[in-house]
Amino acid sequence: MSPTPDTVDELIRSGYQHGFVTEIESDTVPAGLSEDTIRMISLKKQEPDWMLEWRLKAYRHWLTLEEPEWAHVQHPPIDFQAISYYSAPKKKGDGPKSLDEVDPQLLDAYNKLGIPLDEQKALAGVAVDAVFDSVSVATTFRKNLAEAGVIFCAMSEAVREHPELVQKYLGSVVPHTDNYFACLNSAVFTDGTFVFIPRGVRCPMELSTYFRINEAKTGQFERTLIVAEEGSHVSYLEGCTAPMRDENQLHAAVVELIALEDARIKYSTVQNWYPGDEQGRGGIYNFVTKRGDCRGDRSHISWTQVETGSAITWKYPSCILRGNDSVGEFYSVAVTRGMQQADTGTKMIHLGRNTRSTIVSKGISAGQGQNTYRGLVRMAQRAENARNHSQCDSLLIGDRCGAHTFPYIEVRNPTAKVEHEATTSKISEDQLFYCRQRGLSEENAVSMIVNGFCKEVFNELPMEFAVEAQKLLNITLEGAVG
Amino acid sequence: MLSIKNLQVAIEGKDILRGLNLDIGAGEVHAIMGPNGSGKSTLSHALAGRDGYQVTGGEVLFDGRDLLALEPEQRAHLGVFLGMQYPVELPGVNNMMFMRESLNAIRRARGEEELDAVAFMTRVRDKARLVDLDEKLLKRNVNAGFSGGEKKRNEILQMAMLEPKLAILDETDSGLDIDALRVIAGGVNALRSPERSIILITHYQRLLDYIEPDFVHVMVGGRIVRSGDKSLALELEEKGYGWIEEEAA
Repeated sequence: MSPTPDTVDELIRSGYQHGFVTEIESDTVPAGLSEDTIRMISLKKQEPDWMLEWRLKAYRHWLTLEEPEWAHVQHPPIDFQAISYYSAPKKKGDGPKSLDEVDPQLLDAYNKLGIPLDEQKALAGVAVDAVFDSVSVATTFRKNLAEAGVIFCAMSEAVREHPELVQKYLGSVVPHTDNYFACLNSAVFTDGTFVFIPRGVRCPMELSTYFRINEAKTGQFERTLIVAEEGSHVSYLEGCTAPMRDENQLHAAVVELIALEDARIKYSTVQNWYPGDEQGRGGIYNFVTKRGDCRGDRSHISWTQVETGSAITWKYPSCILRGNDSVGEFYSVAVTRGMQQADTGTKMIHLGRNTRSTIVSKGISAGQGQNTYRGLVRMAQRAENARNHSQCDSLLIGDRCGAHTFPYIEVRNPTAKVEHEATTSKISEDQLFYCRQRGLSEENAVSMIVNGFCKEVFNELPMEFAVEAQKLLNITLEGAVG
Repeated sequence: MLSIKNLQVAIEGKDILRGLNLDIGAGEVHAIMGPNGSGKSTLSHALAGRDGYQVTGGEVLFDGRDLLALEPEQRAHLGVFLGMQYPVELPGVNNMMFMRESLNAIRRARGEEELDAVAFMTRVRDKARLVDLDEKLLKRNVNAGFSGGEKKRNEILQMAMLEPKLAILDETDSGLDIDALRVIAGGVNALRSPERSIILITHYQRLLDYIEPDFVHVMVGGRIVRSGDKSLALELEEKGYGWIEEEAA
């Protein structure tokens, strides 16, 4: 009948669509973390010595760190010894992996997720790197991309095949000393995606990575590195899902973006990790460090994220605006429902002259979800004429959820301009009645209002994904429809 | 077409409608007047099915169907339209898209084909002229930043688009200047038809100069205490509600 707390609850209670488990034989190392674990990961990946040393240095530093507690989230302590740090589907034989050799069960798993890895059936114009637990199982359209000079491959392969590039750039944006989870990632990262766009090249297709956690009691620690040389352009998308399990699983990723002079990187995320059940049992802890470095003049980095999953989200895709006239953007939709908690936002660090940044954050809270925007805008001393505009809007559905905003602003240059706007609104009983009086169901009304609220952010996504994101949002908020 | 028998409605346990009877035939225009707190808006919301309006007795038949058993959207599908006294804003929801979704939701519920974009556009432009609504407002978000008069025009535009069988216009005249009142009345008059019944809820006789009702009812204390023709409204204008309230007491 009406949006009493109970019916709103029903409205937002939806089945998680990607909760299946793929029965596949896997090579999973026993739980536990030590230098030996790291040596084993490095060995399994046939890594050169410098990579192992890099990992061990990070691990030794990690041992000196304490888990941060400043985020507006609550969870029991994580037992890092109870996690398995490596799990890979067993390969049939060795040798180079081509799509023909990929286990049909894996292809099937990705088909179920709507990500066909068969190039014939793939979404036109999108190349996919499929990461299953700790390893990349397939990367599509590599030949087409190689013709344009673009390198698009699994991180572990890049370490072996392109060591000079990896050594030059890995950790140059997010050093292992950056924070607790980034440091852990540096020690134990297993796979991820490496992208290199050479000077002047516009990447001919959208690149994407699809992360899937399958095994129980494993963590996923992927590492993504995207380098765009002078004048190049690339658009990249990542998607994430996981089975429904009663225990919490840790996902601690690091993403580094480097844009040289006049380069442009657009990074979009549709994050739909398993959020846990209504009581808050299970779900992914999504503790991620994402940072882009606008290293060259006039470079441009844009982050767009649609965060609907995970029990806890802790991520702040950021831009360091080092080059003069460089531009950073952050567009975010974060949804929390049930018992989900999100503490997310961005950092815009203005170092160069005439640098500009835009922040548009839309937080939606339903059920007992807690949604926090945390953002830093820093104008350094030499950031002449730097500009920032931030807009943070929160939408509440029901009366047991929460929205919180923590903007941090530091200005050290008198010519800099910083604007911050924030609103909080609630889907009111008046609005729902108005829509229903016009013949719309309550579900349609909620989805129409929510989609309207998120429009500015969806407009930033590549078109195919904007449609997907909208669908995902509807499924997340609408109950079992769709 | 609409038959209300002994309707009793309470809000938060407080009785507001205390046995209201009203019969409305197809094509008729009924004006309901009455002092503040007499239950006029409660009647309109109860007919539209708003939550919190607890029906404690009586029945309402709409084309022979038990209206009170239906959800608000089902009543809309049958052709019940409520022009709101305070139309709400829907930030981020485009006005035109909203009308299209609304129209098509009703058409789907009736097993009719959805209107395609071109047919819809033609129709909305056509109807917007009827209430002299600036086309720019079609592209804005629903009621967002609309003036009071623009919101009311937008309500009548939706009525024109949805072509209801029963339109309840709840104080559509409140807050309008005389020019806007004329435009809106013109729009409503253009929508009068032998198949469409209209309930006009108003405080003032002024509106009835422009929309001539077939019947005028006076509500006091949750009941209709007097019914008549247009001349009743003129009498009220002259004498106020006091004498009727005394009679009813």
